[in-house]
Amino acid sequence: MLAIDGISVRFGALLALNRVSLTIPRGEICAIIGPNGAGKTTLLNCISGFYHPYEGHIRFEGAERTRLRPPEVAQLGIARTFQNVALFRGMSVLDNIMTGRVLRMRGSFLLEALWWGPARRQEMEHRAFVERIIDFLEIQAIRKTPAGRLPYGLQKRVELARALAAEPQLLLLDEPMAGMNVEEKEDMCRFILDVNDEFGTTIALIEHDMGVVMDISDRVAVLDYGRKIADGAPDKVRADAAVIAAYLGEER
Amino acid sequence: MSNVASSLDTFPKLARANAGRWSRHVAIREKDLGIWQSYTWAQYFERSRRIALGLASLGFARGDKTAIVGDNRPELYWAALATQALGGVPVPLYQDSIEKELSYIVEHAEARFAVAEDQEQVDKLLHVRPQCSRLEFIVYDDTRGMRAYSEPGLLSLAELEERGEKFALGHPGYFDDAVARGGAEDTAVICYTSGTTGTPKGAMLSYRNLIEMARIATEREGLRPSDEALAYLPMAWVGDHMLSYAQAIVAGFAINCPESAATVLNDLKEIGPTYFFAPPRIWENLLTNVMIRIEDAAWPKRRLTHFFLGLAQDLERCRLNGQPPPLLPRLLAPLGRLLVCGPLRDNLGLRRIRIAYTAGEALGPEIFVFFRALGINVKQLYGMTEASVFVAVQKDGDVRLDTVGTPMPQVEIKISQSGEVLFRSPGVFQGYFKNPEATRQTVEDGWIHSGDAGFMDHAGHLKIIDRAKDLGRLADGTMFAPKYLENKLKFSPYVKEAVALGAGRPYVTALINIDLGSVGNWAERRGIAYTSYTDLSQKPEVYDLIQQEVVRVNRSLAVEDEVLRGAQIRKFLILHKELDPDDEEITRTRKVRRGFVAQKYAPLIEALYGDRDRVAVEAQVTYEDGRTGTIRADVVIRVVVRAAAAGEASL
Repeated sequence: MLAIDGISVRFGALLALNRVSLTIPRGEICAIIGPNGAGKTTLLNCISGFYHPYEGHIRFEGAERTRLRPPEVAQLGIARTFQNVALFRGMSVLDNIMTGRVLRMRGSFLLEALWWGPARRQEMEHRAFVERIIDFLEIQAIRKTPAGRLPYGLQKRVELARALAAEPQLLLLDEPMAGMNVEEKEDMCRFILDVNDEFGTTIALIEHDMGVVMDISDRVAVLDYGRKIADGAPDKVRADAAVIAAYLGEER
Repeated sequence: MSNVASSLDTFPKLARANAGRWSRHVAIREKDLGIWQSYTWAQYFERSRRIALGLASLGFARGDKTAIVGDNRPELYWAALATQALGGVPVPLYQDSIEKELSYIVEHAEARFAVAEDQEQVDKLLHVRPQCSRLEFIVYDDTRGMRAYSEPGLLSLAELEERGEKFALGHPGYFDDAVARGGAEDTAVICYTSGTTGTPKGAMLSYRNLIEMARIATEREGLRPSDEALAYLPMAWVGDHMLSYAQAIVAGFAINCPESAATVLNDLKEIGPTYFFAPPRIWENLLTNVMIRIEDAAWPKRRLTHFFLGLAQDLERCRLNGQPPPLLPRLLAPLGRLLVCGPLRDNLGLRRIRIAYTAGEALGPEIFVFFRALGINVKQLYGMTEASVFVAVQKDGDVRLDTVGTPMPQVEIKISQSGEVLFRSPGVFQGYFKNPEATRQTVEDGWIHSGDAGFMDHAGHLKIIDRAKDLGRLADGTMFAPKYLENKLKFSPYVKEAVALGAGRPYVTALINIDLGSVGNWAERRGIAYTSYTDLSQKPEVYDLIQQEVVRVNRSLAVEDEVLRGAQIRKFLILHKELDPDDEEITRTRKVRRGFVAQKYAPLIEALYGDRDRVAVEAQVTYEDGRTGTIRADVVIRVVVRAAAAGEASL
């Protein structure tokens, strides 16, 4: 589904990504791991069109997509969550998730302003869809709470909900379990697995918790200083010498 | 006079009658996808009929049992009605049961069918299936997460109803025949009581039991078809079965199922029920929430609120004691209602309440007065599963602080030689399923031995002292009523649970659980940092706080009760972990399992009766997913000064 071919990203003299290639087949959960500063978020930013690599190609569904801008990438069916939660703090959870539906909203300004006819019907359809997501992620109790007032773990869940609201084919998750305790992590894992299982969504996730990564991913890619040093099934990567030296640590 | 002699002597027949005369009246609502979806009596009956036909297509035979497990959902109530229509018996289970409890009950009840709410319950049932020899079919309502399941005998409710439709084509009249064969003396439901001692017992209640008591209560309390109730208490508890099922069908009022356990208080506000039933901990919770938020308000509002709340409570106390209220407060009361009491009531969702009950445990007098002062008609109810709930209820206008009410019509109460409360009524159960021994111990000549010690006061009200078998004596013969002391301790918002010990010992001691919400809030206000429940529970400031509460209880004992004065609490400790049903320390309805607790915390108890001031302890806990772990703490023991009665020198 997603084929990244030798992309490089440079910030001045700093080479953030150095000829990184990665393929993510449809329906898989691919984890991207690596020490801090390895270029993982940069990679996601490239996929979502926020950065453009100066060399290499990104192909989505077979078509060349390297130089797209974020709105166009979103139209393709790629949604993402952010490392530091990027919700609208003053808006309620429900409204935040509704913003994920924006791409599918079609309507005239006048009809929406008058709350009449097709505008009303559309709003109800979107609301029903968002409610199903709220039910799916079990956040009914906070649907009217302003997002800024929620604890961190719940904010992350709302972010996931917003990404799901866009009905993505590819979901990019940037450290979805950062700052969560064991129970919350297990809940998040369950949701991610459910999303992959029930909707068939392909998922690329950046994560530091090795337990989570090994448990839920179908394949793992390891980045270190902008280069990909390993790629494959979790067990194979866990045993890879280069990965152990760079990231997983050695026994002394 | 028995109304059950009429032709509507079972719930399926009553529901069918409701579908006829109130066909467009709302019977049940559920908040689904954020919106309240309603079902009329006609739909209620129709869905139950379809489910019944589905069960029939799987070979449901008369006398079969259906285990029902999940949150309060219309589909589960319909499954119960469907089971009854076919001459079977529903067996509701607690939705947070652990597998051990589940397998015991499903196996003991010989359930062939199970209707589960969702994947979580299905998983539990599938795990215990090997131990449940008769369990053949598991039907689930919520299809989320169920796609990959391929176990035999597992099907969705939608599939079941489809099969039912086909079955109906081949067997016209099957359903009506089945309903016609039901009768008043058939078993309507088996409610397993969680049991403070030993294994759960299945109390069998007949249609007569439930319908009679439902009718009696409906008439006496004046329930109407226009009433609204919130169905949020566990379906396995007889209280919910009576209120949300039996009374709803008999009286015709609507019940509302909240979206999830987390949204109950919010849904309460949205529905604004007129008929409400809550155990004391819910009332305590509501009060704590209110008080915490009042403390957060700006000082003019706080002052105003406290002033009018105080006023209203003083007035209510006068009313409860039968004294004429003083003039000035009476004149100011309407202003208080307008500015404070009304809005508070509205905020809690209790504005429209005509009748509210508290039952199960004693409710603290301050809390009782608080809610009544707000204008909420809270009344004490005394009952048990074996009585089909209603034994004594305080009548409107005859509410008193320290009683559990007057006997319901057709309920006879007498006190045995040993001070135990015995009663007889049309609601007395048929017996315990497959347990004639326990039945014999509980029922004698139609009189139920309640196991509670109590007496009837001069006004005809019943007063309960304690569980008869817990009433004990200290080593020197002083009478000691542990529940009485525990209730007094629990009246404090900071104490969540308490266990009083002392039978055969030189003095009384107490194990106390703090309430994390209120004590945590209290600690935060004082800048006391804490990391966990265990950490907070052992802070010296928290010990001081709780000590004040213990002193208060001792003082009230010294002043109020001649007989119990000697049973003041000498030492206490704060438990490092909360007593939890999953650890089997308390039942699912939060009654303490004394024997188990005494055994599990024996080292702590020994230290209490020794002369140490702290003791290291380790406790096994069971996490929600079934894993076990250990909590370690260094628990402090505090000695409390004995309070003197009037005219006595203090020790």
